[in-house]
Amino acid sequence: MSTKEDKVKDVSEDGVEESAETTSVQTGKTDPGNGAEGPIILFFLVGLLISLIIGWVIFPKLLYSHKKQPFDFNHALHMGEVDNGCESCHFFREDGSFSGAPGLAQCIYCHDDLQGVSPDEVVFVENYVATNREVPWLIYSKQPDCVFFSHAAHIKGAHMDCTVCHGYIGESDHLKVYEENRITGYSRDIWGKNIAGLKKNSWDRMKMDDCAECHMEATGRTSSVQTKKDGCFVCHK
Amino acid sequence: MKEDPNHIKARKFGMIIDLDKCTGCGACMVACMSENNVPFKEDESNKLDSITWMRVYKVTNGKPYPDMEICYIPRPCMHCEGSHGHSPCVSVCPATATDYDQATGIVSQIYTRCFGCRYCMAACPYHARYFNWWDPVWPTGMEQYLSPNVSPRMRGVVEKCTFCFHRYQLAKDRAFYEGRKTIEEGDYQTACTQACPAGAITFGDLNNPHHKVNQLVEPDPKHNGRPKNPNAFRLLERLGTNPKVYYLTSREWVKRAGDNYLKNED
Repeated sequence: MSTKEDKVKDVSEDGVEESAETTSVQTGKTDPGNGAEGPIILFFLVGLLISLIIGWVIFPKLLYSHKKQPFDFNHALHMGEVDNGCESCHFFREDGSFSGAPGLAQCIYCHDDLQGVSPDEVVFVENYVATNREVPWLIYSKQPDCVFFSHAAHIKGAHMDCTVCHGYIGESDHLKVYEENRITGYSRDIWGKNIAGLKKNSWDRMKMDDCAECHMEATGRTSSVQTKKDGCFVCHK
Repeated sequence: MKEDPNHIKARKFGMIIDLDKCTGCGACMVACMSENNVPFKEDESNKLDSITWMRVYKVTNGKPYPDMEICYIPRPCMHCEGSHGHSPCVSVCPATATDYDQATGIVSQIYTRCFGCRYCMAACPYHARYFNWWDPVWPTGMEQYLSPNVSPRMRGVVEKCTFCFHRYQLAKDRAFYEGRKTIEEGDYQTACTQACPAGAITFGDLNNPHHKVNQLVEPDPKHNGRPKNPNAFRLLERLGTNPKVYYLTSREWVKRAGDNYLKNED
């Protein structure tokens, strides 16, 4: 306490902030915060800023690894060549299951030999068609193993458009970078690009709540006893 | 696109097991295990560790030879409805991992949601639920035989019979593709039903009067689905669990063995 009084004396001798300091000493001798408040708030703000940067910028960058597809694919170019839109290559099998990304068997209908001059097609024909190997595509929309998704129910049953969930990928010239969550191994397209969890388009995110939200809007089913929503086994297996 | 949920006729999938036909061969247990990716253990006789969604129990009438009789009782999950879908396990689950679907009458189990508290196992009066004490270990190369339609379970979660629900999902897929609104009785049958060499198991929609299950037991909706057929009974009927698995037998002692009767009780 003596040091503090000395300090007050110094200040009063200098004549700066005289009234404020002396009154505080006179009225409340036990107040310890004087002079330390500024640095504490500054440290807090700097710490907050660092945490925010780590949480919102650095961590998401570290969390997702960037993977390249085996070779680039031009959806727009192919859409111009086929008759039946998306279903020309992404078709239903006779048992109602969906084929997903086409296999070599579909591609070699046209690509048993080079069709154009694109270097990506050269990679495809030389590395995969010639050696009869399937292309190890990274699937952007691959859901976890516990999810059952029926393309037939959505496309054939509810007559939904592919773009509702997949966006305008059919009009793209290049495949985008595949971002894989290093912890879960899932594609970032499932979790969504926006780190704040905001969603502008229906295809921005494909988490369970997004499916449930649309199911509630479209079907209004409330058959689940626990959740008063659609039953769990509608989309789980 | 919007359908009126009140106009969908709710299904109620159920199973009838004819105990007079069951020989206790265990084909249903084997079919169930391979269909549903059920892990097997080095020592399957250790019943604290082994997992059997479908399990065949052996009961006797307790009389000495030559009056002794044996009955084998296959026991899947009963998919209890309780009253208004409050089955014993669903009522106690703190994680919403198990659920009753009024549209199908099936008690679901979501493995990724279960955190392994095992309240449901304590609540289930039929011992139909099993806990994974270990991660499943498949012999080398056997992962290739796993069904992609059933999600394998990890250590620390509870699993049980799902009435082969994935087969219903696939049957609906085919129906959508073929432009049908409904699925036929034969489109959705469980693995144990198809595997039974004696034809003792019947599966179908209890709400549908055209389905064999409805005709065999005639469930009475006014009395929580109690069977009108005098030869039909349900396990532990008096608990009020309202199960959807019915048993048929012509033997009175078997019917009595299905519930906790006292020795001198009528």
